Amino acid sequence: MSRLATALPVPILLFGLWWLSAAQGWLPEQLLPAPATVWDALAETAASGDLQADILISLQRVGEGFAVGAVAGLIFGGALGLSRPVRDLFDPLFLLLAQVPPLAWIPLVILVVGIDEAMKVTVIAWASFVPVVLGVAQGIRDVPEPLRELGRALTFDPWDLVSRIVFPAAVPAIFTGLREGLANAWQTLVAAELFASSEGLGYLISLGRQLFQLDLVLAMVLVLGIVGLTLNGALALVERRLLRWQARAA
Amino acid sequence: MSASARARPILMGLLVPVLLIGIWQAIAATHLVAPYILPSPALVLARFRGELDGGTFGGDVLASLSRALAGFAIGAPAGVGFGLLLGLSRVAGRLFGPIFLAYRQVALFAWVPLLSMWFGGGEAGKVAFIAMTAFAPATVNSWRGAAAIPAPYRELSRALTLRRLDHLLLVALPSALPGILTGLRTALIYAWLATVGAELFLDIAPGLGGRLNEGRDKFEVDLMIVALTVLATLGLAFGQLGAAAERRSIPWRNR
Repeated sequence: MSRLATALPVPILLFGLWWLSAAQGWLPEQLLPAPATVWDALAETAASGDLQADILISLQRVGEGFAVGAVAGLIFGGALGLSRPVRDLFDPLFLLLAQVPPLAWIPLVILVVGIDEAMKVTVIAWASFVPVVLGVAQGIRDVPEPLRELGRALTFDPWDLVSRIVFPAAVPAIFTGLREGLANAWQTLVAAELFASSEGLGYLISLGRQLFQLDLVLAMVLVLGIVGLTLNGALALVERRLLRWQARAA
Repeated sequence: MSASARARPILMGLLVPVLLIGIWQAIAATHLVAPYILPSPALVLARFRGELDGGTFGGDVLASLSRALAGFAIGAPAGVGFGLLLGLSRVAGRLFGPIFLAYRQVALFAWVPLLSMWFGGGEAGKVAFIAMTAFAPATVNSWRGAAAIPAPYRELSRALTLRRLDHLLLVALPSALPGILTGLRTALIYAWLATVGAELFLDIAPGLGGRLNEGRDKFEVDLMIVALTVLATLGLAFGQLGAAAERRSIPWRNR
């Protein structure tokens, strides 16, 4: 049996149960709206253009925050991985700060930069910064010593050593960090938008909650899943392209 | 390594925080920044003492910890069980694996409004969210651990004609143990994250997240710094505890 054929029965069964429960009125509509109602809510926000606009806003926030956090993370993580003194100086403080869940910073960040875009981008940037730093630093530290020795034997200068040997060898770990960073950025975006926002997917969810429209909430959960899946898939695609040389070498 | 060589990295690690606290103190001493925006280290320390002595802080920490552990105690074992089922049974893995992976794509906090409607915004809703958050990493890692049992082990079981239960207890579980423990450790960290999230988003109740919100509402930066520091310390302790438990439980991995 193909993968698809075994993947489908459970979702179909669950959907059938959901449909049956709604048709039979097992649970009140406020607790579990019918599939058709959820679909209507989805179609309604899409028809008004709100859905597309909110998806765009959310993606833009993730994009900005992730870009800032990933670039900063590559630089700081690179410094941590390459330089022993930098590591000794900054690693303990960084590890302590990294223990605080990103969203716990939200209340403090609101006081410092206000409740608007800057707050969301700051918190998302921090959320993606942490795993990128960890991935990059670990990846560089784990580059096998013989590879570095090879570079030295070929009398590479430090720049060539980093750009031709250390960095390419660390790419898989760096990508793991980037992927986790993007996943964290996405999680934190939803949290930040739930906390304080007037647009975006998280806002639509909290609106649904305030209005007790569970159909809207469920529809948005669906949308969040699909967008999250797409983001993750896109980065995996980039990763495969960049790592093609490795697959060929293997 | 001599004692002084070992002490050196620790001293260097302290250098930057000490320097930062020095700069912080210097800025606060010049009164360039209003104390309600940047309270001096001494003020924060005084607040910490005040919270410990007369305040509710001990109770807040206890409330957050017990919430995290309650959610963990429900979500993590369920995740381990589900993950083992997915990893040990090919049929279960192919039936339930895909929908579980799809479920993981939904951002965690998207479930908060839904759970708050189903379980309410009080204690039940918070613990439900924490349990749900702890469930996923426990499942993933146990699944991975159980799916990675080397084929020769299974052949050995068959050659010894072990019964299914014996194979499970003597071969499969010990071999999946590293994955299970990684899952439990990660689930503990996630439970802590979810606790803070639940306290920030759901009804006000004693807890560190609630104190953070209170600090924002009343513009008390000293309280927020105290709460964040305690959050970081407890998070660090959770991480260390989990790692130590993992090392101790699989002594054969280190050898």
